[in-house]
Amino acid sequence: MTASRVTPWIAALVLLAAVIASLFLGRVNVSPVDLVQGMLSPNASLAGLVVTELRLPRAVLAILVGASLGLSGSVLQGLLRNPLAEPGLLGVGNGAALGAVLSIYYGLSTAFPLTTPLLGLVGAVLAGGLTFAFGGRSTLTLILAGSAVSGLTLAILALALNFAPNPYAGYEMNIWMLGSLSEKSWDHIALAAPFIVAGLAILATMGRAVDALSLGEVQATSLGIDLDRTRILALLGVGLSVGAATSVTGSIGFIGLVAPHLVRPFVGHQPSRTLLPSALLGAALLLAADIATRMINTESELRLGVVTSLVGAPFFFWLVVRLRKVAP
Amino acid sequence: MTRLTATNLSVQRGGRTILDDVSCTLEAGMFVALVGANGAGKSTLLSVLAGLLKPERGEIALDGVALARIERRTLARRRAYLPQNPRAEWPISVERLVALGLTPYLPAFGGLPAMLEPRLTYAIDVCDLAAQRLQPATTLSGGELARAMLARALVGEPDVLIADEPMTGLDPRHAMDTVARLAALAANGKLVIAAVHDLTLAARYATHLMALREGRLAAFGPTSEVLTPDLLRSVFDVDAAVSGTGRRTRVDFTDVRATKGV
Repeated sequence: MTASRVTPWIAALVLLAAVIASLFLGRVNVSPVDLVQGMLSPNASLAGLVVTELRLPRAVLAILVGASLGLSGSVLQGLLRNPLAEPGLLGVGNGAALGAVLSIYYGLSTAFPLTTPLLGLVGAVLAGGLTFAFGGRSTLTLILAGSAVSGLTLAILALALNFAPNPYAGYEMNIWMLGSLSEKSWDHIALAAPFIVAGLAILATMGRAVDALSLGEVQATSLGIDLDRTRILALLGVGLSVGAATSVTGSIGFIGLVAPHLVRPFVGHQPSRTLLPSALLGAALLLAADIATRMINTESELRLGVVTSLVGAPFFFWLVVRLRKVAP
Repeated sequence: MTRLTATNLSVQRGGRTILDDVSCTLEAGMFVALVGANGAGKSTLLSVLAGLLKPERGEIALDGVALARIERRTLARRRAYLPQNPRAEWPISVERLVALGLTPYLPAFGGLPAMLEPRLTYAIDVCDLAAQRLQPATTLSGGELARAMLARALVGEPDVLIADEPMTGLDPRHAMDTVARLAALAANGKLVIAAVHDLTLAARYATHLMALREGRLAAFGPTSEVLTPDLLRSVFDVDAAVSGTGRRTRVDFTDVRATKGV
């Protein structure tokens, strides 16, 4: 009982440490003293600008996106009672990526940078709507419809890359899909944050439902859980938060899969108790991955989605090995 | 007083009639043992009575109100349902698994309110699970899990308990404990409906016997009146002998066809 009560606080402390590290570490080497002075002084200074216009929005975005991925993963694993469930399952992330990539394809992003996240949002909404229209009636059909929508969006993405108007656009699209928090301004955050926060708020109410689902769908229904409503809320919450997050940052894998697993043993595996810590830890993991992209010196930028996948994939192997041991 | 009324229930699945025009009135104080051959429609009838499956025709009412019109949480507080072979999907502790039975009483957020703790402890004790209280539910034996699930169903103190084969996988002592507990619940004014395969246990403890044959109600009434060799032959297609009365009743199947061949 005590461990599960302390876990959210520990996760919050880890996140706080990651935020501080992310504010003080970066490509531009500014001493911590200068940074603090720059933040506090009313006059514009280089150090102050680095923090308020570069590192702070980056950290805020990382928190929003990481929390979306962590919480979505946690809710979906509870809803589907499947430890391998992750936010990409419902197709909304790929829908967002498709919308964003099309804005690059048609050159709209060069005219007005915010078209990329805007079209990403449209893509996420369309993908989520398609998933729901085909699979909203049962949990199994929801996953199947999500896979179908993912497949469709990936096919169109490939088509866009295939017919890229020029090599540079093709490169842009490819790079965008790898995911990144760099070159994101407060405008991006202002655009995505309302959707992300709304999605997170919806997902946060689902604790009782995912708990009751540990007894299976029949018993959950007998305990007064409305499964149709639960599925709609999950799709809506994941669609809004991960859809908006992906529209701004591109695809970022594994955080949503990994965060709930890291939390689960500490909260006695109760699904509702993984929600908040998963969100906090998801944010911390994304910040850590983002710090890594900044600290590892490479010629061209090391993309965030690449780092999370490089670290996340081995974790997936570990998960498979562990499941093989635990499963009867 | 709790009264569950079923009127002309019919259920079809894939062109097959599973339940055919079943009507019955079940009241508080009854421990109804539902018996029938495999595929007779027992599980379907229990799901329909619990309000979890909508029948094609007919209606079920709890105290005169159609189940479909009772709010989910209210219904969840009044009746508990235990499916066949229930499973725990995560390695949560027995204590938390049992506490899930209190879901319709919980606020939207937060842990278990302190005022509900005694109920939890009582349900765990009464199902003989005190030693397993903190054990992950996925590591329980089949019989222990069955008891944990029964505790889960009992913890909400429902007026109506509907259980699909709650004695499956239990050793003799715990099977008798369980059936005696179901009988005691009925004696305390609850309505208990359970699909039972062990006819001797049913005969000894159930106040009423309900027999299904190919989706139709073959018999329903007080156990001592209904339980006859004729009924058992028509329901199970096997010869049977009923001996003794009350808690000493015995039901023996005497398969004439098998012995004739020897």
